[in-house]
Amino acid sequence: MSLLKVENLSKVFGGVHAVEDLSFTINQGKIHSIIGPNGAGKTTLFNLITGIYTPTQGRIAFDDKDIVGLAPYQLAALGMSRTFQNLQIFFNMSALENVMVGLHLHLDRRLFPALFRLGGIAAKESQAEEEAADLMRFVGLGQYVGSESSSMPYGALKRLEIARAMAAKSRILLLDEPAAGLNPSETAEIDELIRKISETGVTVVLVEHDMHLVMGISDHILVLDYGKKLAEGTAREVRANPDVIAAYLGSGAIGGGHAA
Amino acid sequence: MLAEFLQFLFSGVTVGAAYALVALGFSIIYNASYVINFAQGEFVMLGGMATVALISAGLPMPIAVFLAVMITVGIGLLLEKLTIEPARDSSVVTMIIITIGASIFLRGLAQVVLDKEFHALPPFTGDEPIIILGASLLPQSIWVLVGMVVLVTIMVFFFGHTKLGKAMLASAHNPLAAQLVGINTKQILMLSFGLSAMLGAMGGVLIAPISATYYEVGIMLGLKGFCASILGGLGNFSGAILGGLIVGIAEAMGAGYISSEYKDAIAFVIILLVLFFMPSGLLGRPGTDRV
Amino acid sequence: MHRLNSPRTGGLMALVAVIAVLPLFFPNNFYFDVAILAGFNAIVCIGLNLLIGYAGQISLGHAGFLGLGAYSSAVLTTHLGWPPFLAMAVGAVATGLLAFLVARPILKLKGHYLAMATLGLGIIISIVMNQEEELTGGPDGMTVPPLTAFGYEIYGEQIWYWVVGVLLVFCVWLALNIIESPVGRSLKAVHGSEVAAEVSGVDTGHYKALVFVISAVFASLAGSLGAHYTGFVTPADVGFFKSIELVTMVVLGGMASTYGAVIGAAILTVLPQLLTQFEEYEHMIFGLILMLVMIFMPKGLVPSLIGKILNRPAAQQEDAAS
Repeated sequence: MSLLKVENLSKVFGGVHAVEDLSFTINQGKIHSIIGPNGAGKTTLFNLITGIYTPTQGRIAFDDKDIVGLAPYQLAALGMSRTFQNLQIFFNMSALENVMVGLHLHLDRRLFPALFRLGGIAAKESQAEEEAADLMRFVGLGQYVGSESSSMPYGALKRLEIARAMAAKSRILLLDEPAAGLNPSETAEIDELIRKISETGVTVVLVEHDMHLVMGISDHILVLDYGKKLAEGTAREVRANPDVIAAYLGSGAIGGGHAA
Repeated sequence: MLAEFLQFLFSGVTVGAAYALVALGFSIIYNASYVINFAQGEFVMLGGMATVALISAGLPMPIAVFLAVMITVGIGLLLEKLTIEPARDSSVVTMIIITIGASIFLRGLAQVVLDKEFHALPPFTGDEPIIILGASLLPQSIWVLVGMVVLVTIMVFFFGHTKLGKAMLASAHNPLAAQLVGINTKQILMLSFGLSAMLGAMGGVLIAPISATYYEVGIMLGLKGFCASILGGLGNFSGAILGGLIVGIAEAMGAGYISSEYKDAIAFVIILLVLFFMPSGLLGRPGTDRV
Repeated sequence: MHRLNSPRTGGLMALVAVIAVLPLFFPNNFYFDVAILAGFNAIVCIGLNLLIGYAGQISLGHAGFLGLGAYSSAVLTTHLGWPPFLAMAVGAVATGLLAFLVARPILKLKGHYLAMATLGLGIIISIVMNQEEELTGGPDGMTVPPLTAFGYEIYGEQIWYWVVGVLLVFCVWLALNIIESPVGRSLKAVHGSEVAAEVSGVDTGHYKALVFVISAVFASLAGSLGAHYTGFVTPADVGFFKSIELVTMVVLGGMASTYGAVIGAAILTVLPQLLTQFEEYEHMIFGLILMLVMIFMPKGLVPSLIGKILNRPAAQQEDAAS
């Protein structure tokens, strides 16, 4: 069944269509990828879906509910979470606390119990710490459980964001270029991690430049060019599509290997 | 009716011109450094106070004015070199406190070196008001307006047609790129403080014959100039001038027609309303978070 | 499982010990007086630190909230004869309400725009207090009756010292409780990255408004008590420079550190007392000290000193209010 349905979506920035009349559906489960040359509108699309931008036109439905106009935190409550292309880490907190923010929706958020330390807040907090530490270990950050986020290397921060996004226990997880800036062995680990996440039943949507990663991992690929849909299908179908080949001509990226 | 309105307008435009110069100073420094210089009002105070002191020391007025402006510019340059530059990478709040510390220091300095009295400069050319449609216009008001127009014209020329001015604008838009093409951003930062100090000091000299000057005169002038620069959109030069004039006129009209007691509150009420409904000011670009 | 938070019980015990021992070194009531004023400032700063240090939202107008508390107590007890605690409570509720009403539009702003708006709000409040002479006595200020409750009157520095001491410990405890909860974590998240906080499910607008109201109420209550203690309040006590002083206390002590806020408040309350001996040079020296401390310890005393003691760079704090 369709989990996310985008219909005739457009976003105009100062006269320029970043996304233009785009329609597609993402079904529950599995791994979906959105690819396209630089400036194709991939990150804009993520920002539209997660409520950071408001569409100029069009409809977005999540689980058959119209979500245009909802704030990101409301979408998070409906079961949507994401990571960012350029890291959005809470550098004023420890690594563990970063992941604990991801648990926000599942914790007691009321002021008065917090103020007077009532309602077993202390116990719930240590439980949350445990849970966050487990998630850090799940994404392979076991060694950083006691670290300050500001002292962690780039590759680890990318995974910290994934752990934080997973902490929300959402149904759909949007990953914006999780492999960008990583070396081949780190990329392979991310590849493995994404498969592991998908196995837990979460629907994964990926924006990624690394074609090797995308082609190997995706059950379904959407190709964008200049904000419009160029092609859609399995990795095999997309790779054989003449329009896609034309758009990527010269980059040599579509056949495999690493994009520039 | 008309005479009354014109009267308020004249006084509003005059004081608005002073706000505009202060606002312009805020914007020049902001563009060069993203710092809000809360000592901007003190430049105005120093210009006026130093001129008064130099005249009473026996110097003829033009020389006194020139020296006073130069002294203020020197203080502006020192301020940048000694306090802003070493703290370049600090947070917004830290920078605000540093410049507020500087403003307290400069007021203390003026109070010790000069005095705590009120002073008025003699008008540049007589004090016989000119009557226009029943409203009287002081010759000094004309000086203030002409002074502002001249200073703004010089600024427009400087930023639009000189290599240095263009370099300043370029490094405001993209500091890294400016550095890469060989613009010395450190120098530009200093220059911006020098320019702002000059504009402030000149404003202080121009306005001193109309509203008396004393060591604390810069506080409200600075805060309202800040209002004006935000109103016009922080960092936007024409916005700063527009903002200054709007604040000045609104204040004079408000004082005249509504309540003279709440005159000082008018600028802040306007700025709150504007920020609530147009968060980036009148001419400012709306900011979008890139994620 | 290790806990990354500061050892709360240890810190609180240390604070209690300092408050208990200090009077042994006080030769006369003047020292008690300064300590009491430091205590009031510290209470305001603890609230303000939640807003500035933790949530990263600057306010250059908090003296306005302090003033609303002080004048509510002054006006309601003097003109209407209300009992002090009722006046104080009404003042706190009214201040909280005002903060709540302006919080959403004001806290949408960032950086210098937020600074401008809060500054404007504070100045407008102090201008009202200056101008409504019939109610407030205008620039000359007004007297405030002493604090009475159940027929008892709280008077004298020695009694006030303990009252303020107990309140201070209580306020530190409340602040630590907030910080070590999902609410406090959300505040820090707002500071760290608003967009990441939002997509993690944190309603950033709600938490910014919440902490703004909390800090305003802290200020209002401290203002009320302070007015009863000094027996007098003027608009200058709650004007623009008081706002700046409060922010400086928070930043000087060290942002995102509750004890830092207390230490900053203590230092900046004592410092002017020491500087009065320099007479006319007082302001120059005060301005100079502000600049020097901020230039050489931009993160504030407590984080900078902890950094030095641990022989590593001070803990990375993201820019506040940026």
